Amino acid sequence: MNPDLVKMIFGRLNLEALPLHEPILVGTFAVVATGGLALFAIVTYFRLWTHLWREWFTTVDHKRIGIMYMILGIVMLLRGFADALMMRLQQAIAFNGSDGYLPAHHYDQIFTAHGVIMIFFVAMPLVTGLMNYVVPLQIGARDVSFPFLNNFSFWMTVGGAVLVMMSLFVGEFARTGWLAYPPLSNIGYSPDVGVDYYIWGLQVAGVGTTLSGINLICTIVKLRAPGMTMMKMPVFTWTSLCTNVLIVASFPVLTAVLALLSLDRYVGTNFFTNDFGGNPMMYVNLIWIWGHPEVYILVLPAFGIFSEVTATFSGKRLFGYTSMVYATVVITILSYLVWLHHFFTMGSGASVNSFFGITTMIISIPTGAKMFNWLFTMYRGRIRFELPMMWTVAFMLTFVIGGMTGVLLAVPPADFVLHNSLFLIAHFHNVIIGGVLFGLFAGINYWFPKAFGFRLDPFWGKLSFWFWVVGFYFAFMPLYVLGLMGVTRRLRVFDDPSLQIWFIIAGFGAFLILLGIGAMLVQFAVSILRREQLKDTTGDPWNARTLEWATSSPPPDYNFAFTPVVYDNDAWWDMKRRGYRRPLTGFKPIHMPSNTGTGIILAGLATAMGFGLIWYIWWLAAVSFVALLAVAIGHTFNYHRDFHIPADEVVRTEDARTRVLAAGAQT
Amino acid sequence: MSVATTRISVQGSEPIFHVIDEHDHPEGASTMLGFWIYLMSDCLIFAMLFATYGVLGGNYAAGPAPRDLFDLKLVALNTTMLLLSSITYGFAMLTMEKSKIGQTQLWLAITGLFGLAFLGIELTEFAHMIHEGATPQRSAFLSSFFTLVGTHGLHVTFGLVWLVTLMVQTARFGLTTANRRRLMCLSMFWHFLDVVWIGVFTFVYLLGMLR
Repeated sequence: MNPDLVKMIFGRLNLEALPLHEPILVGTFAVVATGGLALFAIVTYFRLWTHLWREWFTTVDHKRIGIMYMILGIVMLLRGFADALMMRLQQAIAFNGSDGYLPAHHYDQIFTAHGVIMIFFVAMPLVTGLMNYVVPLQIGARDVSFPFLNNFSFWMTVGGAVLVMMSLFVGEFARTGWLAYPPLSNIGYSPDVGVDYYIWGLQVAGVGTTLSGINLICTIVKLRAPGMTMMKMPVFTWTSLCTNVLIVASFPVLTAVLALLSLDRYVGTNFFTNDFGGNPMMYVNLIWIWGHPEVYILVLPAFGIFSEVTATFSGKRLFGYTSMVYATVVITILSYLVWLHHFFTMGSGASVNSFFGITTMIISIPTGAKMFNWLFTMYRGRIRFELPMMWTVAFMLTFVIGGMTGVLLAVPPADFVLHNSLFLIAHFHNVIIGGVLFGLFAGINYWFPKAFGFRLDPFWGKLSFWFWVVGFYFAFMPLYVLGLMGVTRRLRVFDDPSLQIWFIIAGFGAFLILLGIGAMLVQFAVSILRREQLKDTTGDPWNARTLEWATSSPPPDYNFAFTPVVYDNDAWWDMKRRGYRRPLTGFKPIHMPSNTGTGIILAGLATAMGFGLIWYIWWLAAVSFVALLAVAIGHTFNYHRDFHIPADEVVRTEDARTRVLAAGAQT
Repeated sequence: MSVATTRISVQGSEPIFHVIDEHDHPEGASTMLGFWIYLMSDCLIFAMLFATYGVLGGNYAAGPAPRDLFDLKLVALNTTMLLLSSITYGFAMLTMEKSKIGQTQLWLAITGLFGLAFLGIELTEFAHMIHEGATPQRSAFLSSFFTLVGTHGLHVTFGLVWLVTLMVQTARFGLTTANRRRLMCLSMFWHFLDVVWIGVFTFVYLLGMLR
């Protein structure tokens, strides 16, 4: 065939893009393909496609969207963790002249993919998923402010994840590190598709993240139940509000800076080049103006989860609610004033570095206040060490260590020694795993019974907990030591044999975490199998305090048959204390948003457009873009996007719950 | 959320823990707030582009400088077009309030024409600069110039697509509540672009001539 024609149709995509010569990737592909085919076959065999499409893919129900976010996050966790394990193994064996088992160009893709996936496609979906599920319930709302937008946001996040996963088998991923600093990420040094996969994966997902941020802010500001003033909102709702404000105020920066990088790569502009007046440090500044708030985007909801869990499992009102709220807001603001501490070594001079060093240290004050609030909540409480509480205690111990190494890194002279060393790696894993991930696990164990009507199995949960926590310390404490000895990050082979023992210990830690993840998956499976024994009929299995526990588990589509009225911070606790009786009559039809397939279609087109742009398949990009516009405009011609759940259906649902509650009261 | 009866507990009587008589959610109750927040996020993108221009705008790389390129008269004309389009959009909103659908459509059409004129002049300016060798690739100054001004122009283009869509919808379905809300959103978007252009005019063109 005419090579020009082939190039026009396929861009730079050709058969060499398939990594057939790399046995590791072929093996991975075989496993993924077999698994995917099996899943496809099962869904087809049980004729579930219609159900999935009608009830899940097109849903605008915040609860289902939340659950889908969680599934996405957990699936991507497996991928991100596989990368981590491969790196640990490589570093543990690449001594004494051995090259290890990963060639450099593969290893570099792995550490980049690990960072990108863990932040954007594990932590973000899990955090967003929990916020989506819990916030409307906590504030007594029927759904979020913009239910269709919520569905669209979710599918855009999936679209980004699909692009990043695709790079595993079609072409390659970026070899630049997770923030893709230029000039390395510019076209001259990274001519392949890797950085383009990175850019478009994040751009597609970023649209979803920004829109879901706007959505949740409006939800919290506008849809709170009557009586719930700002200072009566549950702390998780408060931290979610602050997180979403941070999302809206920082993700556009990422969008802008990635757009500039793509202009450099596609059009040949000179923003971040070394010549024609470009300035690569501009990129580093801009991306960290997004990047630093991002870590607070992740950790603030975790703080909220810990607040709910500590109060519930200590059987006490949260200590220092007001100070908790103010601490959250102060952290939100300060998170914008510290970005430069990521590159003290840039050479901005002593005064600038001092300013950012001091602002960074100041953040530890509100964070410390929170820590004491949790401790004082536990003090003289009747603590129940259920799984969520165990994760919370593990967090408090681990996060304090991570916080203190953070304050150490905030001192510019110390940072000059530790910059880009494994000490830094240990620090941020210490806070992200010890803070965000432990928080998410606490949240998953805490709210799982709300979402599915049965608890998670405690035995496998505890096993997972201990493997995770012990594994974490084995995996990351050696990195502190290595960092202090001067080992830098992202190295593939080592010369000094005396370092090997630390890497072996760290590798052992990663293996323990593998067992922890395995135990968690088993925990899910066992819980589903034993769901009858673990069943919760009350809707309030933990004797909890906030509104989401006032409705059934799982909640009906409409969340609350009647919108609750709130008098206290701990609204549900207050209702229980004052002898609340569930209304049994007087149900009315409930106004709800209708499902729509537009979100998934738009996101699919956006993903196709990204793929076209990555591979220079211009016709595909152009066609998908035009289709994207057409579908979006077409959607606005549909003015009927809501329906009413008839009153007798509400009556049926509520009567069923009355029977379940009565049966539960007898046993 | 519209609440008919929110009775706060009276002493002695049992507290009311739920809304008894609840009505439908008023359609689009959060839309204005949401759209404001979206505009602020968009504003942040422009802020980044302004910041980039501020840092890189003086890096001519031995190429042309603003003084060699900008034609202030043309830019003044262009600014006039955009400002007039904002005024005419304002008229469209006033007539919409009076439910005069014909006049609303007329003012919207005039707004669109001014917008088109703005884009036309901008493209002429770009073509002229590129013809003189002042391409986006020439220097960091030109990269950031074309990106900032071009992003604004792209927004105006999408605004025009949106305007036409809304005109069609208004013609077909009338000035319904939903359409009024949409026209309000576009109004905010259009004025927002005007404000951004004031920034571009001042910081890029006027200050550029002084440099």
